[in-house]
Amino acid sequence: MAESTMKPPKKTLGPISWMRQHLFSTWYNSLLTLLVGYLIVTSVGPLLNWVFLDANFKGSEPGDCTGAGACWLFVSQRLNFFIYGFYPDELQWRVDAMFLLLAVAFVPQFIERFPGRKWLGLFGITGLPIIGYFLIPGGLLGLEPVESTKWGGLMLTLILAYIGILASLPIGILLALGRRSDMPIIRGLCVVFIEVWRAVPLITVLFMASVMLPLFLPDGMNFEKLLRALIGITLWQSAYMAEVIRGGLQAIPRGQYEAASALGLGYWKKMGLIILPQALKFVIPGIVNTFISLFKDTTLVLIIGLFDVLGTVQSTVTDPAWQNVAVEGYVFVAFCFWVFCFGISRYSQNLERKLDTGHKT
Amino acid sequence: MKKQTTQSSPAGPRPWYDPRVRSIFFQIVAIALVAWGGWTLVDNTLSNMESRGISTGFGFLDESAGFAIIMHLVPYDATMSYGRTFWVGLTNTLLVSAMGIVAATILGFIIGVARLSNNWLVAKISLVYIEVIRNIPLLLQIFFWYFAVLSNLPSPRQSVDVGGAVFLNNRGLYLPEPLTQDGFGLVWAAIIIAIAAVAGLKTWARKRQLATGEIFPTFKVGAAIMVLLPVVAYASAGQPLEWDIPALKGFNFGGGITLIPELAALWIALSLYTASFIAEIVRSGILSVSKGQTEAAKALGLPNGLSLRLVVIPQAMRVIIPPLTSQYLNLVKNSSLATAIGYPDLVAVFMGTTLNQTGQAVEVVAITMAVYLTISLLISLFMNIYNRAVAIKER
Repeated sequence: MAESTMKPPKKTLGPISWMRQHLFSTWYNSLLTLLVGYLIVTSVGPLLNWVFLDANFKGSEPGDCTGAGACWLFVSQRLNFFIYGFYPDELQWRVDAMFLLLAVAFVPQFIERFPGRKWLGLFGITGLPIIGYFLIPGGLLGLEPVESTKWGGLMLTLILAYIGILASLPIGILLALGRRSDMPIIRGLCVVFIEVWRAVPLITVLFMASVMLPLFLPDGMNFEKLLRALIGITLWQSAYMAEVIRGGLQAIPRGQYEAASALGLGYWKKMGLIILPQALKFVIPGIVNTFISLFKDTTLVLIIGLFDVLGTVQSTVTDPAWQNVAVEGYVFVAFCFWVFCFGISRYSQNLERKLDTGHKT
Repeated sequence: MKKQTTQSSPAGPRPWYDPRVRSIFFQIVAIALVAWGGWTLVDNTLSNMESRGISTGFGFLDESAGFAIIMHLVPYDATMSYGRTFWVGLTNTLLVSAMGIVAATILGFIIGVARLSNNWLVAKISLVYIEVIRNIPLLLQIFFWYFAVLSNLPSPRQSVDVGGAVFLNNRGLYLPEPLTQDGFGLVWAAIIIAIAAVAGLKTWARKRQLATGEIFPTFKVGAAIMVLLPVVAYASAGQPLEWDIPALKGFNFGGGITLIPELAALWIALSLYTASFIAEIVRSGILSVSKGQTEAAKALGLPNGLSLRLVVIPQAMRVIIPPLTSQYLNLVKNSSLATAIGYPDLVAVFMGTTLNQTGQAVEVVAITMAVYLTISLLISLFMNIYNRAVAIKER
């Protein structure tokens, strides 16, 4: 009878036991916890002070930054330049419209069961670039033209990344298919293309695009600097994309190819209907990684003199009117990139889970 | 008439439906397109260069460069040739790449293992590190370290001083430089002998273990040999090593080894950035080893350390090595971002200044690309050899 009055075991529930299990399980774990905890306490407090409590939000001049913390006035005063570059003030509604359309097309992608989500996504990769083609440079349909040398800031970053991503995926798919082709010459050409582009740094590609491309082209034919950079980025990135997709193609069992051939499907139907849908699903993480690295690599265009968002910030942090605002500027850019990259990676993980049809364990 | 048509039809479908004919046709078209494209490019380039008065050839490599470079590992001054600037740039690229690879590997393995720690706080801190660092462009991180951190350090007079031998200020990091004296050759000899002895010991221990089953403490004895032999040689040769300690002379430091801020910023940023990727690779490698393997090792009675060393790590390495190779390649290529802060790497010195001064775009770009191609191929080659050594042999 004594057994029935036995109390439930202690120390397996509640915060104390949780800490015992996760923080203080052994003596060296306790030591680590104390050490890391100390580091966090001593760094997070001052950081929060700098970012929020001691920071300066009000005012409009450098002199208004009197607190010990961050001078966010610098960012808010230059925000227009950081977002639009040299795009004329009165025409910025066109860029705003594109931002709005971009948000309309892609924000719903994060919300499960949003009506017409797929159609919005489809619009994002087909209609949106066409609208952008007319809206941003202008010159047609009675819109005042804005030269590409005036584009800049976050808007330029997004243009570079968006076009780069849209163009590098199909080129990458073609290269990957070429590399797995039975035709030795086509395979050889693809291998050489992929390996050469992958082996050289993007900076040298951009240098080449800005220095050498004019030499390659016949007299009188000249691309704008932006277009040259875009071609360089796209070709470089599509070589990486090709290798990712090749991995996916290799993961498809032979039986799938044979079954498709047995159905009498031709090459393109076999690839488009049977192989690629499966292969692309396999390598979503790799494709998204390539997208994210392309997005981050767009910052390199500042080296050939284009003002992307990092370029606009970098060109203003040395302004003698503002003292020591480099950190504030960099934090702003880092935050912009972080939001986009983290968002894309979370979305891809979501997609991966949803498309998982049980191939993986 | 009718007989003829029936005879010709077994030869197969019409030629344009024959896959072999098609493939030959497509390949001929591909060759024609590439040849035409290549010919157009060469033709355009030659005529453009002629009209702009640019000479061709590699003769410019012998001309005097006439510009100064802030850091050089090989002897260099402004009177030397463009060929020499190439070597300066190349050695600088190799230096920062090697330093970055070592630091990023160590840091990456530590963070990757910490991410799997059963200590909640440690695991979460590594997660935050990875998610923050790898989602921010590398160029921004280089700018941050160079313009926001290192250039805000105190001036040489108010240097941060570590033990009176290491100094940090806005002109760079100053380290004591070891100067080998006469007789230091004995220490080098001792180190070589120690390495040979440890290799011999290892083969002997393995043979003995195969024959008798007895395990010899190779690691402890080997470590003792590696430390003791050079130390004894060093003492018996009369301690032939002196340190050149940096000291404040006038407005700046003299003596010792100087790490210029450009190198320091590039090194820190490259290492921290690549480490965040290596950490994820290490984590996925360790997670790929199924739990049953660890349990089986425990069931065999292997202690924790041995089961990690003999069972888990060899299987994890198989998954880690290929992506790790890519990260090394990325690091070497990313070191070209040095241009942005003025560290004189290959791209900055050769593709930048040299190209601007000589105008020999085609030759300079070709040489630079060939160098990166060679470095990439060499790293892949070595890592593939290593990969073959650690791969699990299945029969």
